[in-house]
Amino acid sequence: MVAVATPPRGAKRKAKAPTAFGGYWRRNQLKLAPWLFLAPGAFFFALYVVAPILQSFQISLYEWDGLGTREYVGLRNYEELWWDDAFWTALRNNVVWLVLYLLAIPGGLFIALFLNQTVRGIRIYKSLFFFPFVISQVVVGLVFAWFYDPTFGLFNEILGVFGLGPVAVLGDPDYVTYGIIAAGLWPQTAYCMILYLTGLNAVDPEQIEAGRLDGAKGWRMLWYVVLPQLRPATFIAFVVTIIGALRSFDLVSVMTAGGPFGESRVLAYYMFEVALSEYGFRMGYGAAIAVVLFAIMMIYIAFFLTKMYRDEKGV
Amino acid sequence: MFPTPVEKSSAAWRASYQALLPIALVVWLLPLIAVAVFSIRPDADFANANYWGWPSAFNLLENYGAVFFQSDMPRYLLNSVLITVPTVIGAVGLACMTGFALGVYKFRANLLVFFVFVAGNFVPFQILMVPVRELTLDLGLYDTKTGLVLFHVAFQAGFCTLFMRNFIRALPRELIEAARVEGVSEIRIFWYVVLPLMRPAIAALSVLIFTFVWNDYFWAIVLTQGVDSQPVTAGITAFNSQYRAAYHLMSAGSIVAALPPVLMFFLMQRHFIAGLTLGAVK
Repeated sequence: MVAVATPPRGAKRKAKAPTAFGGYWRRNQLKLAPWLFLAPGAFFFALYVVAPILQSFQISLYEWDGLGTREYVGLRNYEELWWDDAFWTALRNNVVWLVLYLLAIPGGLFIALFLNQTVRGIRIYKSLFFFPFVISQVVVGLVFAWFYDPTFGLFNEILGVFGLGPVAVLGDPDYVTYGIIAAGLWPQTAYCMILYLTGLNAVDPEQIEAGRLDGAKGWRMLWYVVLPQLRPATFIAFVVTIIGALRSFDLVSVMTAGGPFGESRVLAYYMFEVALSEYGFRMGYGAAIAVVLFAIMMIYIAFFLTKMYRDEKGV
Repeated sequence: MFPTPVEKSSAAWRASYQALLPIALVVWLLPLIAVAVFSIRPDADFANANYWGWPSAFNLLENYGAVFFQSDMPRYLLNSVLITVPTVIGAVGLACMTGFALGVYKFRANLLVFFVFVAGNFVPFQILMVPVRELTLDLGLYDTKTGLVLFHVAFQAGFCTLFMRNFIRALPRELIEAARVEGVSEIRIFWYVVLPLMRPAIAALSVLIFTFVWNDYFWAIVLTQGVDSQPVTAGITAFNSQYRAAYHLMSAGSIVAALPPVLMFFLMQRHFIAGLTLGAVK
């Protein structure tokens, strides 16, 4: 990247009748311009994103119903979390989400490899495979809730063909989280697929040919020649999948509302339930849950930023 | 090209690949196809437990007509449009400027400011929820479309800035340098030199942000309440409680709610995919 060179002063056109302000602006515009352009966006972002993060940390130290006065309780909300079974269930489910959601990456790669051909109509197929990602998660949740329905759901029809079931996936504490994750994997796999399809377009054909001449085939070709070239796609897929897993709220809310017996809660949903639902308006306690979720997310954000920082310095 | 192109393979594999494609697609979209089939069944099929047999009638017009003319769905759809479109304009507009500032100028805090935008874009919504709800209440914007739009604009500005800044950095610098040497002011450089080159990025971002914001559910239920301001993602749950157990109408309603981003995607496919890869996979 070429460094920004300050243009020679003499080259600047002299204004006809520079006012005091105009002259100041003209002399310093290279220093002022970035802040001028940043100001509106930075203001909004600071107001709605940066400040609220700090405020949430603060609120987590209070007992507050959102209306009355706040009562300072120190770390008592966090202490309560420690003894709260519902919190640990939600945290456990978050870990399950994180691990199983990663299946979207190999799944997406598999479909991308399957579709990376140039037969007639393949573009339509690619778009239609991507379909689930464009639909809102609320609709995905509804679609899967009906899909799993024990009386009329297609899932149990299919199980019936094999002489199994019926299983009330969403009503069973043992299966419910897996059922919701499967629903979430559907759009997420589509997302990873499109990332890999774009990546596969950029794979160097000469390297593939060279690999073929060396006798690399199938898995070995994929592992040693293709995958290394897909690393940027894999990285983005990893980032968006982790974030998607930790943000899982819509599906839980629409499909089960955390049930049965709170077994499908995740931190994102439990926080909402505590702070803004009929279970009470415990803003401080909710904020404490959000802080924990934020801390988990921060690990991945830090990882992502480190990678970006290295890339920046590498340029 | 990997894997080996089918046209170079045996005729048998070529034929089976062609046959496999539609089968795989149907399996992949099965849950959705099931809902589409539900949405054209008459009420009677559900009463008679005829869920998967041949529909006793095709009620496409009746069911979708009911969604459009007898429910609040059109209002929710309109709300969604009135929330999504201003957000797209606002967020992309702000990001053109922040992206320009961070992509073109070298100053000490540049990377720091950039990283704040990037990190903010990835935080869980819940850490923002209580303060943002308070702020919206204080501004008197709770349960209004404006309140929702302001938040979405601010939040999406993070992602848009990431995208725009990377895009601008990849532009040829010589153009900007040349304009500076000519004595063109920075504001005019932004408007006349850089902005016209950003058109592809603006298109890609707009489609993407449209989809993100249209599909938002969390903020819709946190910041709005009723039919006057709620977008269709939140409205569909109200719709469903109105038509409880009327699966043909709930299915039709879901399909209507899902449709606009799908249309957007098919119309602007190229831009959409360019946007999704964050500009990282060229």
